[in-house]
Amino acid sequence: MNLLNEILAHYNYWITIFLMVAGVFTVVSKSNMIKRLVGLSIFQTSVYLLYLSPGKILGGTPPILDKAYTVYSNPLPHVLILTAIVVGVATLALGLALVVRINEAFGSIEEDEVVQAVYRDDHA
Amino acid sequence: MTVPGEINWHEHLPVLQVVVPLSGALLAAIVREGRLAWLVAMIACWAMPIISIALLTQVIASGPISYAMGGWPPPVGIEYRIDQANAYVMVFVSIMAALVMTYMPRSTADEIRPEKHGWYYACFLLCLAGLEGMLASGDAFNIFVFMEISSLSMYVLIALGSDRRALVAAYQYLMIGTLGATFYVIGVGLLFTMTGTLNLIDIASRLNQVEHARPILAAMAFIVVGLGLKIALFPMHLWLPNAYAFAPSAATAFIASTATKVAVYLLLRYLFSVFGVEIGFEATPASGLFLTLAVMAMIIASTIAIFERNVKRMLAYSSVAQIGYIMLGIGLVNQAGLTGGIAHLFNHAIIKGTLFLAIGCVVYATGITRVASMAGIGRTMPLTMGAFVTAGLGLIGVPGTAGFISKWYLVQAAIEAGMWWIAAVIVISSVLAVIYIGRIVEIAWFREPSDRQVRNPPPEMLAVTIALAAATIYFGIFTDFSGGGAAEAARVLFGGYPR
Repeated sequence: MNLLNEILAHYNYWITIFLMVAGVFTVVSKSNMIKRLVGLSIFQTSVYLLYLSPGKILGGTPPILDKAYTVYSNPLPHVLILTAIVVGVATLALGLALVVRINEAFGSIEEDEVVQAVYRDDHA
Repeated sequence: MTVPGEINWHEHLPVLQVVVPLSGALLAAIVREGRLAWLVAMIACWAMPIISIALLTQVIASGPISYAMGGWPPPVGIEYRIDQANAYVMVFVSIMAALVMTYMPRSTADEIRPEKHGWYYACFLLCLAGLEGMLASGDAFNIFVFMEISSLSMYVLIALGSDRRALVAAYQYLMIGTLGATFYVIGVGLLFTMTGTLNLIDIASRLNQVEHARPILAAMAFIVVGLGLKIALFPMHLWLPNAYAFAPSAATAFIASTATKVAVYLLLRYLFSVFGVEIGFEATPASGLFLTLAVMAMIIASTIAIFERNVKRMLAYSSVAQIGYIMLGIGLVNQAGLTGGIAHLFNHAIIKGTLFLAIGCVVYATGITRVASMAGIGRTMPLTMGAFVTAGLGLIGVPGTAGFISKWYLVQAAIEAGMWWIAAVIVISSVLAVIYIGRIVEIAWFREPSDRQVRNPPPEMLAVTIALAAATIYFGIFTDFSGGGAAEAARVLFGGYPR
């Protein structure tokens, strides 16, 4: 029972770990370049949760300076993650743009096929 | 005396280091037109060595500089902290950027479509801004942001290469690079959860008070792996060969001589200054791990380089091997080893810069990158290939060249640590370098040139290449800056942040 409580009490971390592993697994196991980018995005999203959840304190309020409130949640993680989201969007956009160009140049977005074409170019 | 309202530029040098290339990038993207954008980039790039040398002299004269970003004093605000370690790296990063920028306009005109020139120079400056930011910043999350600025623009630089394989190289680098940066930011998140701060000095001072050691070790593991991917530490180097091989010539020279070096600096900063030797090395098998990977890189990557058919990819594998030397210096965990590693950062930047710039001249003149097609090229282009061979000797570590100095430091450090076998590994790896450089020399000088039309490389490309080749010799004889600066940097890093 204790163990179960322990696990349930930290459910946010379990979700984080699940997303993290699912993302990396997609990146390494898939051959479709778009699916790999989706995996990368999921992996990055897990980090948002990793940062945000410790910032929340039960019963805490937003950091408003007033005598009535004494327990504040930390606002810093939110600001950091806002930046991380921007970085993630930029990465995804650039990645997708590269996939479009790869499709134009190689006629495929399957990494297996593209890598074979690269190999043929190398040994041409 | 400053008049109220007047800006004291001297005070703002740490942030100008980032602001100048950043606003230069914006301007270059706005003017768009190739020649004008290059002019903007040229001015920005040549301002950088002036700023960084001013910073270095300031740091040597009066100790570390702490700059409060936006006037918010640390640890609340973001701190830019310049000491002898990062000022030293800044100096050679900014000088390499300025030299490559001087070299590149005609090489770029040759390799990239005219309408993309403006973006190309903008991305180059963005990359430089990111690298300088990673060096200057003393805030863990701010470093992540700069890391992504430099990486994203680097992916674009690589994708602009004229071969279609450049796109695949950029995509693969994007996947691995983003994984690396995210690993880094996970590590920073764990540190932030445990210490409640992002300021590196603050983190260092609070680590001792943290009750649970395990999250700290996990954070260290994430940061080391994340930065390892950026450094291309063997076996995490798979993105590097194709990225270097298919990027435009000038971009390769710039990336090869700066990007991995800045990531190494960050690794040193975390391991020695933030975590400190106690947590970083005594509580973990990091030292053995680094030594093993370094030795594998030095032997395996050098061997692959011998059989490589594309000269740029051969040099890329050689880079992986040279990173092995640098990691060797870190893995020895003594001040002499660290000095050798940092000196090799500097020397390898110059040597690899020269080699890639010389190959850039060859590509401009003949369009070939295949080793087999380079027959007799040394006779038709004696100056370019002369520079190549000079730098190649530096890579091998012939006495009188820069490469010898850092290898000598490393051998001494290995003996000091009682590890004689490492000296043997350094010799073996140098012999492998003799083979892969010797192969080029044999083909380029001792075979009959084909009757291919050869364009003369323009004077500015030749001048920069030869100047850097001369620097390889210069820093092999006069080691005040390279060796002395590295020793100071090692001392600062090894001392760690005040706790």
